[in-house]
Amino acid sequence: MEEKKGIIVLKDVKKYYLLGLTEVKAVDGISLTIRQGDFVAIMGPSGSGKSTAINLVGSLDVPTKGEIYLDGHNISHLSESDLAQIRGRKIGFIFQQFNLIRNLTAKENVMLPMIFQGTDELERQQKAEELLKIVELGHRMNHYPSELSGGEQQRVAIARALANDPEVILADEPTGNLDTKTGEKVMEFLNKFNNEGKTIVMVTHAPDLALKYADKIYWLKDGKIDKVTKKTNNQWKEVKE
Amino acid sequence: MKEYFVLASKNLKKRGIRSALTLLGIFVGIAAVVSLISLGNTLKATINSQFDNISPDIISVQAGGISGVGAPGTGVSNPLTESDAEAIERIGSVEFAVPRSIETIMAEFNDKVSFLSVGSLPDSYRIDDIYRQQSIEAASGRLLRANERGRIIIGANLASGKNNGFEKDLKVGDELLVKGQEFLVTGIIEKKGSFIVDNAVYMNERQLKDLNNLGEEVDVITVKAKSVELVEITKQEIEKLLRERRDVKIGEEDFEVSTSESILASVNQILMGVQIFIIIIASMSIVVGAIGIANTMTTSVLERRKEIGTMKAVGARNEDIFYQFFVEAGLLGFVGGLIGVLLGEGISYLGTFVLNQAIGISTKTNISWVLILGSLAGSFLIGAVSGIIPAMKAAKENPVEAIRG
Repeated sequence: MEEKKGIIVLKDVKKYYLLGLTEVKAVDGISLTIRQGDFVAIMGPSGSGKSTAINLVGSLDVPTKGEIYLDGHNISHLSESDLAQIRGRKIGFIFQQFNLIRNLTAKENVMLPMIFQGTDELERQQKAEELLKIVELGHRMNHYPSELSGGEQQRVAIARALANDPEVILADEPTGNLDTKTGEKVMEFLNKFNNEGKTIVMVTHAPDLALKYADKIYWLKDGKIDKVTKKTNNQWKEVKE
Repeated sequence: MKEYFVLASKNLKKRGIRSALTLLGIFVGIAAVVSLISLGNTLKATINSQFDNISPDIISVQAGGISGVGAPGTGVSNPLTESDAEAIERIGSVEFAVPRSIETIMAEFNDKVSFLSVGSLPDSYRIDDIYRQQSIEAASGRLLRANERGRIIIGANLASGKNNGFEKDLKVGDELLVKGQEFLVTGIIEKKGSFIVDNAVYMNERQLKDLNNLGEEVDVITVKAKSVELVEITKQEIEKLLRERRDVKIGEEDFEVSTSESILASVNQILMGVQIFIIIIASMSIVVGAIGIANTMTTSVLERRKEIGTMKAVGARNEDIFYQFFVEAGLLGFVGGLIGVLLGEGISYLGTFVLNQAIGISTKTNISWVLILGSLAGSFLIGAVSGIIPAMKAAKENPVEAIRG
């Protein structure tokens, strides 16, 4: 099989925090390559460094040590504003708590990432409407988050993550605040976008979701990669990263 | 840039009550500044217009200075006398010097009693000079002549029952009762827009003195210089003369020689002082309002950490976040300013209306576009400046920490 392009590459990345006087090694030397079209899950117990890892992958956070490459560019030492610009264009975020801006309607929430990329207003409107129709919320475009159900809010968040047509979608516990049925629907949308070529990186507590939708799982433990498993022909096998 | 304004106004609208309370702080201050400056300007224009009725070659002389209690020249320990007036008239640059008295009398009419301010008119041919220099003309009836007794003329406002205290309009031919004597209203003076003339009663000098048992003393000496150019030198001559006659040194004068120009200047100076004082007070209220905005924005930043984190996650740069909060604070200030300006102008209209009713004149509110636009721009700026520190704080939020809320 032809080796696909590495969109996000982490090379021996470490993230240490100072918590009072003790140094917390949240991520302690992770190396991984996420390739175009992957559906990757990051799993592990609480405190294993999953969240820190996905923040680093999403360039929300900068590493204490090590290098991070996004689409071939080293982003480990970029300024916060440059990082924001690249992040806005290349990565779409989905959060456990949806994180919609409550004073903005569904449509305005979807338009928001495009504002920061300087997209003109008409295009923003069209794109937002188009995306909301894809996630089956065409009839809820002018509703505020408080008027939407959890599942609907998360679908708005998915539409927002797709606004700038990013290569990668990062989902941090996307179904964590949803019941199983609505969670399934959200996962189906992520799966659909993955099938259309988007790279998905998901942090989850739920092994069944990871096993069902992902094709590669990084199992973290104490800030390190404990093992990597890969699905080929519906069979999970441990592989070397 | 437009997006910041759209987002900011949506945010402010959604935070209705808190935005409104924050606005209160700013608009009270701005309303105070706008209304007081505007009223001050109106007052100034009104007072200045009063002086238009006095010709510039007139000098008035009073004992005791203008800050005395009561009508001009009254109640002073060393009053001016008729012989002072005669001495002043002998000064070369003086055309005439007319002694005048101002008394408050109790008059009866329509079974009602009212206190009226009465000015005297000279019992000589000078009476016509006084009419001329105060532009007094009869609207009905006729003006008084020298040496008439038992007759008065009244200012336009006093003809109306609403203003004269008798609850009945006065007409030519009506009779007022003063100290048991009847006084025939001989003429009503043409309305002049002058507070003094429109509210005055005039009576002949000797008649007034007899009525109130006044002796030699006079309240005001009205002096006319031979020309406008001679006014200043005449003023100095009179001062020199009176110092000698009253035996006082320079700087210790117990009398005041004022030209219409000098009165106007001192009135304007007082008004300016009052305005500056008021603006200082109002500025404090604006400062308090600005602190209110800073406070609201700081709280807002704390409450919206998660929102800030999310915006950063979806690509907002630090400056985007900064401008978002900066514009929001500025808008708070601007809306506060807008309400303040409207309210201030409203108060100023009301104030002018009350002023007009109270003293029977008809001035218009002075609207200054510089003041209005300045206030609006100023209040946006005040808001924005108050928002700088909270906005910087918001911009510096670490996205990872902020997103957790």
